[in-house]
Amino acid sequence: MTGSAVRLSPYDRALLAGEEGEARRLAMRILTRMAEVRDAGSMLDIEAAHIDSTIYVGDAGLEFAERLAGLGARVRVPSTLNVSGLDEFHWREWSVPPEWAEKSARQMRAYASMGTIPTWTCAPYQGRHTPQFGQQIAWGESNAVAFANSVIGARTERYPDLLDICCAITGRAPAAGLHLDENRLATRVLRLRGIPEELAAADDFYPVLGHLLGPFAGDDPVAIAGLPVIPEEDQLKALGAAAASSGAVALFHIPGVTPEAPTLRDALGGCEPVETRDVGLEEMRAARQELTTRGEGELDMVVLGSPHFSFAEFGKLAALLGDRGAGRDLPAAGGCEFVVTTSRAVRDLAERAGLLAPLHAFGGRLMVDTCVLATPMAPGTTRRLMTNSAKYAWYSPGLLGSAVAFGSLAECVESARQGRVVREPGPWD
Amino acid sequence: MGLSSVSVSRSPDPGGARLDGRPIVAGSGGGEVLYANQPLSFWGGYDAVSGRITDTHHPLAGETAAGKALVLPATRGSSTTTAVLLEAIRRETAPAALITRGVDAFLALACVVGQEMYERSPVLVAVGETAFRELADWPALVVHEGTLTRVDR
Repeated sequence: MTGSAVRLSPYDRALLAGEEGEARRLAMRILTRMAEVRDAGSMLDIEAAHIDSTIYVGDAGLEFAERLAGLGARVRVPSTLNVSGLDEFHWREWSVPPEWAEKSARQMRAYASMGTIPTWTCAPYQGRHTPQFGQQIAWGESNAVAFANSVIGARTERYPDLLDICCAITGRAPAAGLHLDENRLATRVLRLRGIPEELAAADDFYPVLGHLLGPFAGDDPVAIAGLPVIPEEDQLKALGAAAASSGAVALFHIPGVTPEAPTLRDALGGCEPVETRDVGLEEMRAARQELTTRGEGELDMVVLGSPHFSFAEFGKLAALLGDRGAGRDLPAAGGCEFVVTTSRAVRDLAERAGLLAPLHAFGGRLMVDTCVLATPMAPGTTRRLMTNSAKYAWYSPGLLGSAVAFGSLAECVESARQGRVVREPGPWD
Repeated sequence: MGLSSVSVSRSPDPGGARLDGRPIVAGSGGGEVLYANQPLSFWGGYDAVSGRITDTHHPLAGETAAGKALVLPATRGSSTTTAVLLEAIRRETAPAALITRGVDAFLALACVVGQEMYERSPVLVAVGETAFRELADWPALVVHEGTLTRVDR
């Protein structure tokens, strides 16, 4: 290891010496090595964590969780939990192999035993545990990191699985990367040119913009200039999730919209960007095309909610669904599945607000705690998907082996109704 | 980035050429080179059961990386990449060597935890831009600490 030595505080050294138990000792040992890898000069205190390690992807992650739990790990800061490998209470209604369910549930129990907050959501920023501007936090889940940094102005690195929990149980993180102000300035600019206002106001503009942003930005902070409208929260969420899938974007600035960028000059810290790229309608149309691998024909499933559907999105969906379920071929009769993934908390709110009745009438189903990508809940026969999420569109060919069509929320609803991909005339034309 | 300087020693026979990088996880290892100048997410991109690259967007899709020297600029996207690589380490389907352009903290973490949990890990080396480009032509390599040696078969 050639990394420079990390200045450890007395607290850090006490943890390494095992004075706070074996779990914190193991976590601090891993953190210290990662601080060396990152060339961090020291560690800093964090105020909250979001734990992505909850997703069961194999026995190694489970063994790590159970090792920590078995050593008596307790989190030191408020720590929310990301999606798990299954819907804890409803998985039996889906095609989950019992062995997977058992291991997934063990992993959930291990993290729940550490004094965490069982939110089971990839959108922890749309609930009661939203961080604040300027707070130092350690968040996992790529879309949540992008939202926390960009839209809220909290400060987190992209914490990978296994490290997020080490931060949570020690309350410490390497002082590196996006924790430090000097690393938060945009070094690249994506400049929108001639995008019609009507298109920029459309929900399906933002996943496409994020999809295009990812490869351009890589993991560099990036500014988006020339946006003719002020986006809504869910649009910014879709943008970040897409950019963190096609790229490693953890921080984007939109002048006049995001909190660290009153102006483009502020976003850049007065420096010249290393690269500026102009993007017009043609590039946007091409990026939209890339999100579809199969743009026509019958569908097995329409899936919404990556990141997890918000209360506002349920409102939009309910309005679109209306009474369109009448006469639809239901999944039980060979029709197309219509699935929305969300958190328990948002589901309960939507239920109380009466927003779920149109979904039930449409023959739609809810999946909570998880994500179709992180669980085998969707049957293996699901080969033809449609979604309004760039993240689902990006990952489902590799993770589920499915063909995918990307479309707007309205197109997804109409396609589910007809059981085949339907395009509607709109601002892309 | 704190990378050691890169020296490229050339001889008429390219076999035996050497490149120096920064050892992130020390050790020895090597194998056939799988090179791509495009980042990879291991979640949705690497099958820990078979050791195959499965990201359909990636140029190495369909290749088996287990036991080989995987050369990538970096990882991309999902924070679950580390859990997938750790699972591959557990199953012994991980690459023998991982070479990245600059330091990739996600791969480093999986290797560090692999050592803690299973007392084994791929060797992980960060190289600079010039060395990274040079590796595109190498058929195979061995790593010892931070030094990469070309092997022609």
